[in-house]
Amino acid sequence: MDLSLYMPEWLVTHGPAFLIVLPLLMAAITAVFPGRKLAWWTTTFVTLILVLSAVALAQFELANGMDVYQMGGWAPPHGISLKIDALSAPVLVLISAMALVTMIYAMPATLAEIEPKKRAPYYAAFLLCIAGLLGMVVTEDAFNVFVFLEVSSISTYVLVALGSSRDRRALVSAYNYLILGSIGATFFVIGIGFLYMETGTLNMADMARILTELNGGSRVSMVAFGFIIVGLGLKLAMFPLHTWLPGAYAYAPTQVTAFLASTATKAALYLLLRFTFFIFSPDFAYVDAVLVFLIFGLGIVGMIFASLQAIFQTDARRMLAYSSVGQVGYMLLGIGIATTASLSAAYLHLINHAVIKGGLFLALGAMWYRFGITRVDDFRGLSKTMPWTMGAFTLCGFSLIGVPFTAGFVSKVALAQSAAAGGYWWAVGFIMVSSILAVIYVGRVLMVAYFRSPPEIDGKPCVKNEAPLRMLVPMWAMALLSIAVGMNIFGASDILVGASERAASLLTGTTFPGTGG
Amino acid sequence: MIDLMNINPGLWIILAGLICALFPKTDGTHYIRKVFLIAAPIFAGWLIFQMHSVEPEYIRGVLNFGGIELTTLRIDGLSLVWGYLFCLAGLINGIYGLHEKCRITDSSALIYTGAAVAGVLAGDMITLFIFWELTAISSVFLVWKGGEHAYAAGLRYLAIHVFSGVLLLAGAVMVAQSRGGDFTFNFIGLNTPGGWLMMIAMGIKCGFPLLHNWMQDAYPKASITGTVILASFTTKFAIYALARGFEGVDILIWIGAIMTCFPVFFAVVENDLRRVLAYSLNNQLGFMVCGIGIGGALAMNGVVGQVFVHVIFKGLLFMSIGAVMYRTGTAKASELGGLFRSMPFTAVLCLIGAGSIAAFPLLAAFVTKAMILAAALEEHLWVPFAMMLFASAGVMEHSGIKVPHFTFFAHDSGRRVKEAPWNMLVAMSLAGLLCIVLAWPWGGYELLYSLMPFEMEAYKPYTWDHVVFQLQLLFAAIFAFTLLKRFGVYPAERRAEIIDSDWLYRRLGLNVALWTSAMWDRLNFQVNRLTKRSLGQVGQKLYQMFSPAGTMSEAAPSGLPAVLVAGTLLVTLIVIYVLGT
Repeated sequence: MDLSLYMPEWLVTHGPAFLIVLPLLMAAITAVFPGRKLAWWTTTFVTLILVLSAVALAQFELANGMDVYQMGGWAPPHGISLKIDALSAPVLVLISAMALVTMIYAMPATLAEIEPKKRAPYYAAFLLCIAGLLGMVVTEDAFNVFVFLEVSSISTYVLVALGSSRDRRALVSAYNYLILGSIGATFFVIGIGFLYMETGTLNMADMARILTELNGGSRVSMVAFGFIIVGLGLKLAMFPLHTWLPGAYAYAPTQVTAFLASTATKAALYLLLRFTFFIFSPDFAYVDAVLVFLIFGLGIVGMIFASLQAIFQTDARRMLAYSSVGQVGYMLLGIGIATTASLSAAYLHLINHAVIKGGLFLALGAMWYRFGITRVDDFRGLSKTMPWTMGAFTLCGFSLIGVPFTAGFVSKVALAQSAAAGGYWWAVGFIMVSSILAVIYVGRVLMVAYFRSPPEIDGKPCVKNEAPLRMLVPMWAMALLSIAVGMNIFGASDILVGASERAASLLTGTTFPGTGG
Repeated sequence: MIDLMNINPGLWIILAGLICALFPKTDGTHYIRKVFLIAAPIFAGWLIFQMHSVEPEYIRGVLNFGGIELTTLRIDGLSLVWGYLFCLAGLINGIYGLHEKCRITDSSALIYTGAAVAGVLAGDMITLFIFWELTAISSVFLVWKGGEHAYAAGLRYLAIHVFSGVLLLAGAVMVAQSRGGDFTFNFIGLNTPGGWLMMIAMGIKCGFPLLHNWMQDAYPKASITGTVILASFTTKFAIYALARGFEGVDILIWIGAIMTCFPVFFAVVENDLRRVLAYSLNNQLGFMVCGIGIGGALAMNGVVGQVFVHVIFKGLLFMSIGAVMYRTGTAKASELGGLFRSMPFTAVLCLIGAGSIAAFPLLAAFVTKAMILAAALEEHLWVPFAMMLFASAGVMEHSGIKVPHFTFFAHDSGRRVKEAPWNMLVAMSLAGLLCIVLAWPWGGYELLYSLMPFEMEAYKPYTWDHVVFQLQLLFAAIFAFTLLKRFGVYPAERRAEIIDSDWLYRRLGLNVALWTSAMWDRLNFQVNRLTKRSLGQVGQKLYQMFSPAGTMSEAAPSGLPAVLVAGTLLVTLIVIYVLGT
């Protein structure tokens, strides 16, 4: 079904701007709402509109090629432009869809986790975060990227800190995240500054053109590249720069964790792709060196290291957080190989992992909601007390491991194939080892949940207490989506693989026309 | 839409078996199972007849499975005989087992029969392999129904047959590779190593010398009906495969000749009559293997005919001993004797079977065995001919005389039992009738000829010199038996189990295995201790590094990560400057 045909004319023309303006405006309004119900309804409604417009714009892009919007009618090199192309459209859909999914879940969860007075501001911060993430992805102006990065980051610090009414450690984690996030953003903006010095422009397409003319530019652009890589690396939790992530994921409100895990690092990864392949180019020797030695190497180290860390965690949410760092390693590995196939595989894994992790964190949130548990040891008997939640967790867990007929299998196989085809045979071994480690850390939880009996309270076994429907629906949507991708039901796999291939061919400029750089 | 004419008829028998296996086990339901047991072979036989009447070379059910073309149904002159034969044997066995109320026997007998039928009608080596294994797996239950003492024998039986299947598959793959991926099952020959593997696989299943032990081990230990059913299919299936794949391969002449001779000695001293019959079965198979080795129309037709009548008279002998065992509870020669008073019909039928196997004129094997011998003479194979002649006398000795003599005559054991149940008598009479009809000099043996697949000048068995020669041979054997008996030289019936070359694995092999397993246990223990210790250390190190309190995963204050960021920037810049320029 082509949604773009049903959308009003102005949405198609002004759509890119609408995606940013709507949540920004509504955030300001939502912040002053008195009741939580009204705030929830508004936010959910906004995210629903965002999903519809993002899908419509993506379909429009698919049909008509890239969509460039000029803010205020100023033409690109001087004015600010927004762009929707094959690379950004799927990420836009992903962000808005995950926002909607977690919002459905949020109604009961927020009630339990956030103090009544703070609920409206909480939703406002959430909307701001969405606006920031969408803005990062859609803008074509390098400095604008920094602005939106900060919009999303600062609202995220607030969101993480709001978890403090559930667990006071949220405050320390938010503070850590704030410091490190600011360092990252600063590095990033320093890089942009150097780049501006070299090229004299902030428009991405323009920068790319000038850098190509200069054949990579002087040392200034090299330094700029270094700063940008480290700044983004921090945001996307590249291996040694991931220390902020476990705390932030573990103690944030459960909805925020699910949303962040599936979108924030993904948006940063998108920026990494955009900067490395679009503004800079792997043709420059220094970019190539960074890809091969740094991104690829750290990807592999992160895969193994973070998976080992995940195995020994006692807290299930920290375990999944470390697993996220490991999964980012897979994507970095695909990016580092830098062939069309490997980029496509990394992009596919990006989307699949967002779905899988979203489902897993939603399930964990429901378990906390019902029983107040986060520790792995407390999972005993959950298969009997929360069968449906545990079912969704199991499916997503299998997908995380990469069991055949799940989404994780599709992208991991694609990644392994592209690694082998790219000449990195030994990297396939690391992918296998890391998958085995994933079997261990997911299996550990499943063993406890399925093979141990529920705890006894006052001499009686704990009774069944299933999560409410509004929590079950989103997590099962994620679980079933991951199965649908794995088995190509309704062509789900074809759609995603097609989108990733389009994105990858756009990045390497191989087949798809209109690369813009 | 399922087209009856495109599906291997054996599959319907297997299906009937599966239905029987799943049928609820309450009083009265065994009648329904019996209906299946009788009807399924008739139905399959009728289907084969229909298919054969469409065209003489009937090939259907071609499937393409992963790049391999499978021909699941092929009815030509050769497979037709075996198809009819197995359906007929299934029917006789079904009647023989009517009195039994055992679900396992019924269903595994049906599946086993079906697998054998489907196997001989298979047109490619993969399908052949599948049913080859299925016959082994389904029939082992018949061995196990023999009781506690049959358990180990059943396991040995299963292991050997599954192994033979594995060899067959390995050989088939190699043969197909040498032919460029063609899995059709036709003449194979010994030009490739795969051919050798396949011949050994078939050799195991039809009891080549030194590969034969499973037969004398498992058959006598199975249940009464079990033995009858077992003796009908497995080995004849293997003979079919040999006839199809190795016609005229010289080495088979000698293998077959040895195979006819050596069981004679064991059969003569053996006490358990079912074991005697198992040895004589082995010796009969020798004639067929030898005939296949000789090759040519006369020998091959002889083999086909011999197989056909062999299943009938061997079944008859096993059935009569089974009937005796059913009434008396034993098949030991030392505990039987004088039963002709109590079981006269069984005695007569047993004598017909014994006469058939010994190739008395007017009885079944007379025609077919003569064809094989004549073929050997035509080829001037004097030594094999002499060996087979000796074996013929031997057959007369142990199957023709010993079995009926010690059971129904000899010294009276004093047992007074009832005649065999009616259904056993019906089954045996059917077989006995066929023994006579198929060798009837005035139009009887031509029936058998009409089934034979190869064109030849009709062989005339009832010539004066042939009849006289055969009678001389047989009476000489009887004379020798009497003489030996008279002077007390003939080995007396003793209670003992004879272990021939299977001593290698049942005694020596067992002890070696026990010793190895003891040593293995010790080794395992030590290795376990070592690995546990070293793995434990590694695990502890990992835990110390990565656990929440470990050095690598501590919740660090923001200072350290900030330094890390700076460090990463440094590394990045070094990479850019040093490696990137």
